[in-house]
Amino acid sequence: MTENVQPGHEQYAEDLALYAVGALEAGSCAQLEQHLKQCPACLRELEAMRGDAALLALAVSGPAPPQRSRQRLLSAIAAGKEQQPESLRAFAVRRPWWSFAPVFASLLLAIFAILLLRENASLRRTNEQLAAQIIQSDKENHHAREVLALITAKDAMHISLVSAKTPPAPHIKAIYQPSTGRLVLMASNLNPLPAHMTYELWLIPKKGTPMPCGTFKPDAHGMAMMMPENPEIPAWTEFKEFAVTMEPEGGSAAPTSDVLLRGS
Amino acid sequence: MQNADSQEVGKDAALVHRLRARDEGAMEQLYDHYSGIVYSVALRVLNDTGAAEDVLQEVFLQLWRNPNVFDSSRGSLGAWLAVIARNRAIDALRKRRPETEVENVVLSVNCDLENETGRKISIEKARAALAKIPPEQRKALELAFFQGLTHTEIAAKTGEPLGTIKTRIRTALMALRKAMAEKQV
Repeated sequence: MTENVQPGHEQYAEDLALYAVGALEAGSCAQLEQHLKQCPACLRELEAMRGDAALLALAVSGPAPPQRSRQRLLSAIAAGKEQQPESLRAFAVRRPWWSFAPVFASLLLAIFAILLLRENASLRRTNEQLAAQIIQSDKENHHAREVLALITAKDAMHISLVSAKTPPAPHIKAIYQPSTGRLVLMASNLNPLPAHMTYELWLIPKKGTPMPCGTFKPDAHGMAMMMPENPEIPAWTEFKEFAVTMEPEGGSAAPTSDVLLRGS
Repeated sequence: MQNADSQEVGKDAALVHRLRARDEGAMEQLYDHYSGIVYSVALRVLNDTGAAEDVLQEVFLQLWRNPNVFDSSRGSLGAWLAVIARNRAIDALRKRRPETEVENVVLSVNCDLENETGRKISIEKARAALAKIPPEQRKALELAFFQGLTHTEIAAKTGEPLGTIKTRIRTALMALRKAMAEKQV
């Protein structure tokens, strides 16, 4: 009997024997299996060695299996429980857990991508909200700068209006810049308004009819502030005085009630 | 030992062919031929009659479910069933999932198992061949085959060097092959 290991394959001879009886360490199996894919001679020798090992199995002596085993098998077959497609294998040879690693990795990537998309959408919404807030803040800052500029302008005239009657004494200060026609009004101790009414400021020119300058309502503390964004008073309008009346909600084109406060 | 003649060689192949046609009678015959071998191997490994019965059941159900898993080019069906039984028994012994696909168990063995006389002769010759193997070689081979130990585990168990164990297992298999071949007429 000659050993059928090819010249140059001696290093695999002992591994083949171990592999044939299942005694080769797992770490060495991969290298041998790789070799067997490329070496028909060693593959044939492996088959022969497995046949040799099978003689061990055949040499085993033992009792016959119980009779019930035969009936058990035939009953299972007859019951049709084992009628499975040929493509299925009874012993589902399960792959090692790490062979599913690509599937797990794909699932994780998909989950990660979905989370990233959601995060991106959330960040986009936040960004839009922040942008709107910035715009609003810019607007408010611009307004505040304008108020400050008007108040501190050297040519701005500060006019205080007081109640013509006894206390409580509403007090209004109007700051008017003739060069731009812009003005700002600050009021305190104003009486509450009836429903659907508002206070309205008028510029009383030296010539002509009263010119509306804007409406305002007091807060709970009787305070109010008004600065029309687009003043309708032409620049350099000469005025006699400023006055405040109570008008219907939304203001009037001309005073419809008595003057409540005036100042010049 | 002579190869079985063409009629004998075809017996198992014919039965397997009938299995593919879902012939339960063919399964009965195959079971009657080889259940002793399969059960003995399983019992030798597991030393538990209940577990050995389970392996016996699994091996034949495997064949019933998927008759294509074996064909005549793989040699002796009996020897193949014996090796499958050993593999499944080792898996049960180690409480692990099957690690070897049955399609990958290809072996070639020079013995006749298809008829009762041939089986008896083959088995006796295999036992005689085994008896000729030096005890230390036989022990290493049996530890690997019937207990599923790796050569490292065998070396640790016996206190022998790794290289010695590897050589003994290979030498034992070669000796078995030689002994079976010497019986040929």
